[in-house]
Amino acid sequence: MQAKRTTKLNIHVQGWLLALPAVILLASFTHIPAVVTVIDSFYSTPRGRVPSVFIGLDQYQAMLADPIFWRAFNNNLLYAVVTVPVAIALALGMALWVNGRIKGRTALRLAFFTPTILPMVAAANIWLFFYTSDYGLLNQIIRAFGFANVNWLGDPATALWSLMAVTIWKEAGFFMIFFLAALQQVPPDLYEAARMENAGRFTVFRRITWPLVMPTTLFVAINALINAFRIVDQVIAMTGGGPNNASTLLLFYIYQVAFSFWDSAYAAALSTVLLLVLGSVALAQFYLLDRKIHYR
Amino acid sequence: MRMPNRAREIFVTGAAWAFGLLWALPLFYALWAAFHPSAYATHFELSAPLTLQNFIHAWHAAPFPRYFANTIMLVLGIMAAQFVVCTLAAFGLARWKFFGSDILFALILVQLMVTPDVLVLENYRSLQKLGLIDTLTGVGLPYVASAFGIFLLRQTFKSIPKELDDAARMEGASTLQTIWRVYLPLAKPIYVAYGLVSVSYHWNNFLWPLIVTNSVETRPLTVGLQVFASVDQGIDWSVICAAALMTSGPLMIAFLIFQRAFIQSFLRAGIR
Amino acid sequence: MKSFGMKHFARLTAAATLAATFIGGSVASATEITFYYPIAVGGPITKIIDDYVAEFSKGRPDITVKPVYTGSYQDSIVKAMTAAKAGNAPDMAVLLSTDMYSLIDDDLIEPVETLATSAEDKAWLKSFYPAFMENSQSGGHTWGVPFQRSTIVQYWNKDMFKAAGLDPEKAPGTWDEMVSFGKKLTKKDASGNVTQWGVEIPSSGFPYWLFQALTTQNGAILANPEGTKVAYNDPKVVEAAQFFADLSLKHEVMPKGIIEWGTTPKDFFEGKTAVMWTTTGNLTNVKANAKFAFGVAAMPKKARGGSPTGGGNIYIFKSKDKAKQAAALAFARFLTTPEKAANWGIATGYVAVRPDAWETDAMKKYAAGFQPAIIARDQLKEAVAELSTHDNQRVTKALNDALQAVLTNAKPAKVALDEAQAEATRILKPYQK
Repeated sequence: MQAKRTTKLNIHVQGWLLALPAVILLASFTHIPAVVTVIDSFYSTPRGRVPSVFIGLDQYQAMLADPIFWRAFNNNLLYAVVTVPVAIALALGMALWVNGRIKGRTALRLAFFTPTILPMVAAANIWLFFYTSDYGLLNQIIRAFGFANVNWLGDPATALWSLMAVTIWKEAGFFMIFFLAALQQVPPDLYEAARMENAGRFTVFRRITWPLVMPTTLFVAINALINAFRIVDQVIAMTGGGPNNASTLLLFYIYQVAFSFWDSAYAAALSTVLLLVLGSVALAQFYLLDRKIHYR
Repeated sequence: MRMPNRAREIFVTGAAWAFGLLWALPLFYALWAAFHPSAYATHFELSAPLTLQNFIHAWHAAPFPRYFANTIMLVLGIMAAQFVVCTLAAFGLARWKFFGSDILFALILVQLMVTPDVLVLENYRSLQKLGLIDTLTGVGLPYVASAFGIFLLRQTFKSIPKELDDAARMEGASTLQTIWRVYLPLAKPIYVAYGLVSVSYHWNNFLWPLIVTNSVETRPLTVGLQVFASVDQGIDWSVICAAALMTSGPLMIAFLIFQRAFIQSFLRAGIR
Repeated sequence: MKSFGMKHFARLTAAATLAATFIGGSVASATEITFYYPIAVGGPITKIIDDYVAEFSKGRPDITVKPVYTGSYQDSIVKAMTAAKAGNAPDMAVLLSTDMYSLIDDDLIEPVETLATSAEDKAWLKSFYPAFMENSQSGGHTWGVPFQRSTIVQYWNKDMFKAAGLDPEKAPGTWDEMVSFGKKLTKKDASGNVTQWGVEIPSSGFPYWLFQALTTQNGAILANPEGTKVAYNDPKVVEAAQFFADLSLKHEVMPKGIIEWGTTPKDFFEGKTAVMWTTTGNLTNVKANAKFAFGVAAMPKKARGGSPTGGGNIYIFKSKDKAKQAAALAFARFLTTPEKAANWGIATGYVAVRPDAWETDAMKKYAAGFQPAIIARDQLKEAVAELSTHDNQRVTKALNDALQAVLTNAKPAKVALDEAQAEATRILKPYQK
């Protein structure tokens, strides 16, 4: 009896000891900063010799009146709403192609997946060249088809969409891998049976493939959603948020307010909003993903 | 029945190919620009002379060798530290139900959403207090306790039969010895997978190192490339493309060689 | 604890000094200073700075200068501020002249005149072009020393002028000529696509700077010398913004939308534009890459000519270590002697910052063979201070956003600039004591 209690106690102590390094690091770089950020958002920014004071919800009031914040927020929503479904649809299409008995499968898979390996900054610089007005490849192509030049990154109507294209280009290949894994786990006899019944391609997809990749789709969608709200690399490298904030996203605006305006308290308030957004995605994940996938 | 099927197959293959080509286009364009003299960067002539000059120019124009060294030290350092920290935590969480372990696990998973770059400002201040600004340790430290790593290894450890664990204990092995002798060897493929994911993530990471590093001695490749590309005096596309390809080169080549293993490991790491 | 620490430290230092003396050399007593220098590309320019540093330490073996290349101007100010906030400020740095107020507000830099106290030092502070000093002085103090300063000039492609039936030796001299020349220079292909533009004025990143040339020419001044008030919606400023937008939207002699700063020189080399506006800092680049006859001209005139100055100052940071500040001052003086100023101007294309630099033999020889260098210098007579205020990044962002809105035809000039004025006034309120 005595021995058993010691082991039990031992387990509690050992468990925490093993987790200790991770706990300390996670607390110092995730949990404590998150809490401090929220607290900071209720104070003013210290400037030079003027210390910070408690100002309640003033930062949030300023935020609601700040058109750039709303621009960034709405841009970010649009970014998520467009890139997530498109990247997922393309990824599924790619996976179906590459999973089938298509000629040059390896080369195709390579073409689709390579952008994923590229650092975003490198990809962004390549795409900058691709998008250049007048002599960029994209404009050379559309001119060859008789269309007018487009100043892709220099026109507020196209700047954000141009960034989205880069994101989709880079992410679709990554998501393809997840679908590929899911497809390979579909029992072949299901397809065999479908063929016996002379089912059409679309029917097979709708009745067999789609239900089976559904959990993967959800998993990928959640991850893509989280990523969509953390996008910043291509904004820094390609547009700097311009023209006239047309391509500003939340994290980029936070970076700008924090490290170029040095308004740390306002940056904290903006970060709090970002935390709230990510928190709601997390809740969505809990209710959608966990129920559908693990408890099915 | 036969003919339309065949026609359809050709159509599908054609579409797939067209799409693949489209996907590869920006890369081909970058390759073209990088391997030809500037004057041909935007003019496509088959007779255009090939050159390595752009790479040589980029290599000498910025301290890329140093950036490479920084990135390599950084990604290997982070990976090693992650292996140790995540293994320990994952083992405890996988094998024992200790006081508060459920809440702990839930709190760990928070980091899947709130990565250190979301809290840039606060984390920057913490590093400042620790005196770790502009150090490779500072770039890596916030990522060492990776929720993804703990989650992944915990799932793996859970699937390892408990009997093996007990057998080792019978022989008098301590917890650490058990992990070392039983769990590590069995989870080896997962470590490979996780290692690859970690390396490619940190090779490509940008915002956090951009903020934390100040000097050539600590700047990783991605930041170095951005610094190199944001010139005040106009851009030479050929050289920028060469630099962009160069910085991603090692990962790309590794990917080409180990393509199958690479994709497998992404699968393994992502799916469980 | 503290006394132990001090004693321990003293003993260590003594030991180190002793060791160093044995090893030989005065290294141990050398004052080390860090020098942040903004440069994106390494290559030739890092080498020039490295050479200056080596030459300086030959004359002053008691000082070791450690240059740190910090990237673009934008990166550099971020780096300097963050490092300073971490208590790890550089001893001196080259940063944009417009960063002055931010550096003052955060109490990071030392007024140079408090360090430069000898008669010789005082003469040195008076040796620069007054146009450059406008961006170095505020509130009776001199906060920075001009180092790599520039103005905006227009570069034109003489071959294209000839082909369009214009005098290849005459750049647009007025706003009207910009339009009329531009119309002759703009060419379309059969399908109506423009293959060659009349003019490109970059508008990405920092459009306010190029715009300031237009406002200056129209007789407006954007900010007061104290950096506490701006005049964004002055009718003359609105008119200048309207002209800027009209170049593309109405007269169609300039590409529509935002024109990327970084690619404008490439557009010029590729023959996509006959005229470009960019910094004099691009002289060397254009000279090396233009495969055609080109000219450099001062800005066109409206009510007057003129351009804002631009570029970087040397700042000396606050420090408790007076030896480091003295060392920084010595290096700053070394970098701005007439010979170095001339040498730096020749190597980079920046405008040599003091009149006597133009009297050196090297500069005389260079200028004789390269006329454009003189143009940049002579334009200084008409130059104004670059827009710079307290909370500079935010106040200029308000103007940048307004300009981009006007250029992309999202808002009328008056509306956009009224909004920018309101925003800037709000931001500047705390500074108007």
